[in-house]
Amino acid sequence: MSDYSPSEMMIVAAARALAGIRTVFVGVGLPNIACNLAQRTVAPDLELVYESGVYGARPARLPLSIGDPALVTGALSVCSMADLFGLYLQGGRIDVAFLGGAQIDRYGNLNTTVIGDYAHPKVRLPGSGGACEIAIHARQVFIIMRLSRRSFVERLDFLTSPGHLGGSGERERLGMPGRGPQVVVTDKCVFRFDPASGEMVVMSLHPGVRLEDVRAEMGWDPRVSPNLTETEPPTPEELRLLREELDPLGVYRS
Amino acid sequence: MKLTTMHDAIATYVHDGDTVAIEGFTACICFAAAHEIIRQGRRDLVLCRMTPDLVYDQMVAAGCARKLVFSYLGNPGVGPLHAVRRAVEKSIPAPLELEEYSHFGMVARYIAGAYCLPFFPLRSYVGSDLPKVNPRIQFVESPYGDGPVAVVPPLNPDVAIIHAQRADVNGNTQLWGLLGAQKEAAFAAKHVIVVVEEVVDEEVIRSDPNRTLIPGLIVDAVVHEPCGAHPSYVQGYYDRDNDFYLRWDEISRDEAATRAWLEEWVYGVRNRAEYVEKVGQETWERLKPAQAWARPVNYG
Repeated sequence: MSDYSPSEMMIVAAARALAGIRTVFVGVGLPNIACNLAQRTVAPDLELVYESGVYGARPARLPLSIGDPALVTGALSVCSMADLFGLYLQGGRIDVAFLGGAQIDRYGNLNTTVIGDYAHPKVRLPGSGGACEIAIHARQVFIIMRLSRRSFVERLDFLTSPGHLGGSGERERLGMPGRGPQVVVTDKCVFRFDPASGEMVVMSLHPGVRLEDVRAEMGWDPRVSPNLTETEPPTPEELRLLREELDPLGVYRS
Repeated sequence: MKLTTMHDAIATYVHDGDTVAIEGFTACICFAAAHEIIRQGRRDLVLCRMTPDLVYDQMVAAGCARKLVFSYLGNPGVGPLHAVRRAVEKSIPAPLELEEYSHFGMVARYIAGAYCLPFFPLRSYVGSDLPKVNPRIQFVESPYGDGPVAVVPPLNPDVAIIHAQRADVNGNTQLWGLLGAQKEAAFAAKHVIVVVEEVVDEEVIRSDPNRTLIPGLIVDAVVHEPCGAHPSYVQGYYDRDNDFYLRWDEISRDEAATRAWLEEWVYGVRNRAEYVEKVGQETWERLKPAQAWARPVNYG
């Protein structure tokens, strides 16, 4: 048995994907802690940007929501949401944005709106928030989601935020400035996207996970990289930062 | 001099069927105004907010609303809004219509409303299903040959209710921390009620004019209501009551428990002062923020 949880592996893998990045649009929950970990490890110059209007946050404690007062205290700038979405996001200043969703398809398109029919939904989800325009404008989109058949679906019930849409090239054709989803970090594996097709490809399996474990949790048969590797397990220092400094109460680690 | 009571401000400026925007993104959400609207029994309101949050969940549970205009429907970081879901899925206590945008789309609607424009363009919605379910999101061809661009119509609420740290008696209002879309919503609205933690002399406002978000020019009523944004927060005054946001998830799952909560905490108190007293000193102590003062600047 490993001495870390699947969530910890997921957070660490997401944090490492931010190596060298300057500006990241942070979401709530796992992305939040992954970005804070990256700032303390692989991306010391990382500026955390929150859709609530905060640029360059240095929260003294882990924020509980994207509007947490701890994000304001000591930030480089706090601006209106018109400025945040207009100048920072649409203005092309965001390198990476983290997104997630209730459903994702093979092209990284995301659903956060409804499960079932829109007019008579089985489950009414929160909706877009800023995700729709974030997915269009951020230079790269990173996705954190737990792998499950309910979430990794052949067909979305609703397309809230565009990934690679119907396949490679479609974003460019529609004039979208951002390159779209680049990586999907799950609790079992890491996917990247095949440049030719725009489809998700299994790149690395977390230690102890077999390819059939991944296939069993997906609504389609995924492409697998010919250079499939094992994800580097968390280092003692990464685990120490997570457990002692970033999430001492274990809210995000279980 | 626009200083008045919450009771009179709501009685004067919020009517059945009105379009109402109680804005404030996570911070400065005026629950005090929402509770007074519930107490006065307003019906058929069109409630606009980027994030309906608990404030509209409570108003929907109380039967005030016929429609929500929004961009993120959830209890932030906790889960769904159960009263809104009951209304949408089971028409309890009444049917509820939804009109949804993205955050930038909602901001753009307020900007169009505030700038007196017929629409506002934004680069969003391409490839998304949102325009399919909301016909008010449209695409127009750029007259300068840049292809199609999404547009949204103006949003001009009958009344905007803005909570802030301080204002003078004429409604010159200063707000710091998260600014959300309060300025745009206020300028877009036909009437504006500002609710503040402190009423200060005009000299205090004039000493720091860059911090004035909303001028008295567009304000109809000023209400002095300390702790009026609880369980949301006001930077520098009190922290967000995250425990309550979690507790509401439990309470609001059950229709009867929700009604009992409204009975006790909204109908059961006459005004915000009674609510503040009822919340109790222990909670206010727990929500006391740390000290983090800005350095003064020289405007001379």
